Amino acid sequence: QTVTVEVLDHLEHLALVDFRDSEGVERLQKAIQFADQLHEVNTDGIEPMDSVLEDRCLYLRDDDVTEGNCMKELMKNAREKVEEYFVAPPGNIPLPKLEEQDAFLQSS
Amino acid sequence: WVPVVGLEIHAQISSNSKLFSGSQVQFVAPPNSLVSFFDASLPGTLPVLNRRCVEAAVMTGLALNCSVNKKSLFDRKHYFYADLPAGYQITQQRVPIAVNGSLSYSVCIDNKMSQMVTKTVRIKQIQLEQDSGKSLHDDTRSQTLVDLNRAGVGLMEVVMEPDMCCGEEAAAAVRELQLILQTLGSSQAVMAEGQLRVDANVSVHHPGEPYGVRTEVKNINSLRFLAKAVDYEIQRQIEELENGGTILNETRAFDSKLGCTVPMRDKEAKQDYRFMPEPNLPPLILYDTKSLPANMNHQQVVNIDWIHERLPDLPSVKRAKLVEQYGILPEHSFTLLNEDGLTEFFENVVTQTQMKPKKVIGWILKDLLSYLKQHSLTVKESPVSSFLLADLLNLIEKKEISSTAAKQVLSELWKGEGKTPLDIVKEKKLELIQDQKELEEICQAVIDGQENEVMAIKAGNRKVLNKLIGLVQRETQGRANPVLVKQLLEKKLSE
Repeated sequence: QTVTVEVLDHLEHLALVDFRDSEGVERLQKAIQFADQLHEVNTDGIEPMDSVLEDRCLYLRDDDVTEGNCMKELMKNAREKVEEYFVAPPGNIPLPKLEEQDAFLQSS
Repeated sequence: WVPVVGLEIHAQISSNSKLFSGSQVQFVAPPNSLVSFFDASLPGTLPVLNRRCVEAAVMTGLALNCSVNKKSLFDRKHYFYADLPAGYQITQQRVPIAVNGSLSYSVCIDNKMSQMVTKTVRIKQIQLEQDSGKSLHDDTRSQTLVDLNRAGVGLMEVVMEPDMCCGEEAAAAVRELQLILQTLGSSQAVMAEGQLRVDANVSVHHPGEPYGVRTEVKNINSLRFLAKAVDYEIQRQIEELENGGTILNETRAFDSKLGCTVPMRDKEAKQDYRFMPEPNLPPLILYDTKSLPANMNHQQVVNIDWIHERLPDLPSVKRAKLVEQYGILPEHSFTLLNEDGLTEFFENVVTQTQMKPKKVIGWILKDLLSYLKQHSLTVKESPVSSFLLADLLNLIEKKEISSTAAKQVLSELWKGEGKTPLDIVKEKKLELIQDQKELEEICQAVIDGQENEVMAIKAGNRKVLNKLIGLVQRETQGRANPVLVKQLLEKKLSE
């Protein structure tokens, strides 16, 4: 089973990841094949486990204010800021559509 | 056409700190001052669940007749947006904390409060989830300013099944939910402060046919706009379909200025949230008295039964008690609960006056409330205190002034000049005439001056008597006891 161009495009939009070239796609393909080995285990009648923590107790914290008030420190990480606000682009920047892929790759 | 309306309501949990971190929850604060490293999604930080938020959700679930899941799970919902620093929201998609409840609410038929009908809407589920930060769009500089103060605040998402059919029902259901949340204290539910946000899902279909395509309507900031937005969207869909068009499964925003819904830009593509279990949080286990392990640390336990025992009276119970205790009408109880502080005011007046509650309620709902509304005041801001009003009503009960005169006194009291009712009565000479002889003379004078009316009454038209009573009142400037006047007139007319 190969990764189709449509699936690739969809993944790139969702994850904002750029698989860039055929080597990248190859690698993705191999990663999927590696993970597919999980299917070889018979899991009939077994409850899925979604965390190794499933038998642990979920710790409940008291409703006290113990953090915050560190705006200056947080701002150190900001590439751009305006007064005390983080600055972000106006909306989600959409990735170019499939047809425009090549032009986009070439220009970056 | 059968309209179908479902609601997704996000209520901010009333707590000191956030759902998964110890930063403070507060509406107004300097930007990014209430943000912890976890809220900013810095690497190496982990979520730690706030017990108060769990209790709030359990309380709300119980109040809405839900089954509280003793084991619920947390998941990640992924999407990219500047005010969601982690790139995902921690929510409860697979197994939420409470499911399968119901909410009863009342709507008026034909806008008549005296004809109220009880309706029920099913609650699909209640889930705990994180709020996002706030984005301020600066279109001139083509940028977005992000404030993460709200990021990570605890939310209860209440999902109402599509059992409603119009804007009025939707608004009534949300109003009742608001009152319940405020009574429980689990959320202050003030829509204007973003503590209660409502998204409506609307579709239409012909009876007997399958449900139509639904649209989601967002950006609704008040109950009034909720009703408008829903009704507009229903109409829009009907018109579209009747003109041979189709309805897109899209998200629309309500434009309050234009009173219509418009498609939302950023939400055109179908979202794939790639839900996955939250790996950093084990399942949330809740206990009841039966399942409570013997030697568990108190602080780590949320006991559903313990919470159930301590639930306060819900609005519906409060209303029923008011009707039973004071003999007022159900629609009165609705109005009392609908205005913040009005029930307390009413009860305070009742304890301080000899006037029967059934009569007091008229003064509260007709005189006091209409004045407050006219001047956009809350009950707490009323220039007339319950003490003053009770004082005034006592003067009526003691037959020192008439109701009409009392209304005059009340309008003086509104000025809030610090005078007592008695001061005003004396000042404006509004005391009821106590001298029977004086009253008799006035009655006689009126009778003598109204030959035609007297003949009509003697001929059997009793209604005309009211006109004579009115004339006596005018003569005495409202200082005559109407009951006494009627008796005197009747006596004289039968002579």
